[in-house]
Amino acid sequence: MTSNMGTIIDLFSYDFFANAFWASLFAAITCGIVGTYIVSRRIVFISGGITHASFGGIGIGYFLGLNPLLGAAVFAVFSGLGIQFFTQKGKLREDSSIAIWWSLGMAIGIIFIYLSPGYAPNLMSYLFGSILTVSTTEIWLMAALSALLIGFFALMYRVILYVAFDEEFAKTTGLPVNLINYLLISLIAITIVLNIRVVGIILIMSLLTLPQATANLFTNDFKRMMPLSVAFAFIGSLTGLLVSFFADIPSGASIIFTLVVLFGLMKWFVFLRKKWLKNGR
Amino acid sequence: MTKLVEIKNLNVSYDEERVLENVALTISRNDFLGVIGPNGGGKTTLIKALLGLVKPERGEIIFHIPATKIGYLPQINQIDKRFPIKVIDVVRSGKTEKHPFNLFRKNQEETTHAENLLQEMGVLHLRNKAIGELSGGQMQRVFLCRSLMNNPELLILDEPDTFVDNHFESELYEKLRELNKRMAIVLVSHDVGTISYYVKTIACVNTHLHYHPSNIISTTQLASYNCPLQIITHGPIPHTVLSLHENDEQHGHNH
Repeated sequence: MTSNMGTIIDLFSYDFFANAFWASLFAAITCGIVGTYIVSRRIVFISGGITHASFGGIGIGYFLGLNPLLGAAVFAVFSGLGIQFFTQKGKLREDSSIAIWWSLGMAIGIIFIYLSPGYAPNLMSYLFGSILTVSTTEIWLMAALSALLIGFFALMYRVILYVAFDEEFAKTTGLPVNLINYLLISLIAITIVLNIRVVGIILIMSLLTLPQATANLFTNDFKRMMPLSVAFAFIGSLTGLLVSFFADIPSGASIIFTLVVLFGLMKWFVFLRKKWLKNGR
Repeated sequence: MTKLVEIKNLNVSYDEERVLENVALTISRNDFLGVIGPNGGGKTTLIKALLGLVKPERGEIIFHIPATKIGYLPQINQIDKRFPIKVIDVVRSGKTEKHPFNLFRKNQEETTHAENLLQEMGVLHLRNKAIGELSGGQMQRVFLCRSLMNNPELLILDEPDTFVDNHFESELYEKLRELNKRMAIVLVSHDVGTISYYVKTIACVNTHLHYHPSNIISTTQLASYNCPLQIITHGPIPHTVLSLHENDEQHGHNH
């Protein structure tokens, strides 16, 4: 135990591990907040569409020799706005619209990576995540996004809540519903892109839904769900990170697995507590 | 009679399908209008027009009161009951934000207003419950509170009698009758028999709108309005016995 604690503290002397620690923290803050909105509003599938569409940007980034995350950001924001636009106009069924962006992005990504000369380094880290390779620049970007999200959700809390709960009614009270929707979908897109390196395109959905499902076991209030989701996301990703380090398994999968176990444990805890309270009477 | 909202020659279509055709309707102060008609006949579209939520394909909708003075109670099944929101926040969401981006203001007045409304409906004790924990009747009370937050001059209710028990239904209608002293009411319902006891006038909507300037309507008239409806009344709720054509066997009185 002591030697293990020593090892954990020693880990921080490595730059890569310190970065991974900060990446876990900011991933927890950004995904905890944005995920609460996504889950409450039942737009998990939209987020999946944005995530996979961003792969197109990664492919083009490789092809042009730019930072793949830059391409991913452009694709994610445009697909998010596109899904929102077509849904709002009611011209296309929402799920069909999402599926089109989803597969189009993946197709573009595959084509451009195939066309790129040579081997695509780090490709796997975009697909499956690799928290240990997150760069210091990316950490700063995640920190800035965390600050932006905390500020935005604190200032606009009621407006966001009202539009998310009952969009049509919010229109009748004069709220700028479309503007709010476009702003939020952009924030979702940026959050997804900056977290791709942490858990990867394939697994990011779970960072946006599992901590929220766990938080939802304890509260039915949007305002409390956000910090609680952040806490569960942080516990899960930090534990997952340590497990991946000691068991020598990929960090993205390890984090998601830990989050599932955490959800299961909490569900069991809530179940036992309810049973115990019933018997106590 | 002060006019609140006027609809003139209104046509509305969704995907080339005409939902409302050549509809004319004027809502005035003190009105209590019951809107009836078959499912898919355009009732909900009509109230969305009154709320300024649909674009007219032809015709016009003239509002003599600001949009925020129109209260709205949507169909309960359009609401996500598992959304993590507290009752008090649902009610407060009915208040129009004058400056939606300036949230550094005192909310106490708004909270007190919301609590007074909840008190009036007898559901103040539920203020901190999540919306999903409520029964159908409790939920309707909460949504009624929300629709009253702006002190509306016109209140529009879309089938508030679904998913509620008979006791609450008659209580709700008595409440509406009381509110009608302060505001005009438009009530959409599929339960013609019950509402005709409370409303002052009736509109049948089935793509076209037929305005009926009294609350007594016979099945023969309904048929002539092309409003195929079954007239149903439930047990203890007081209801008008509708004038009946002698040979009319269709009038079902299901108890």
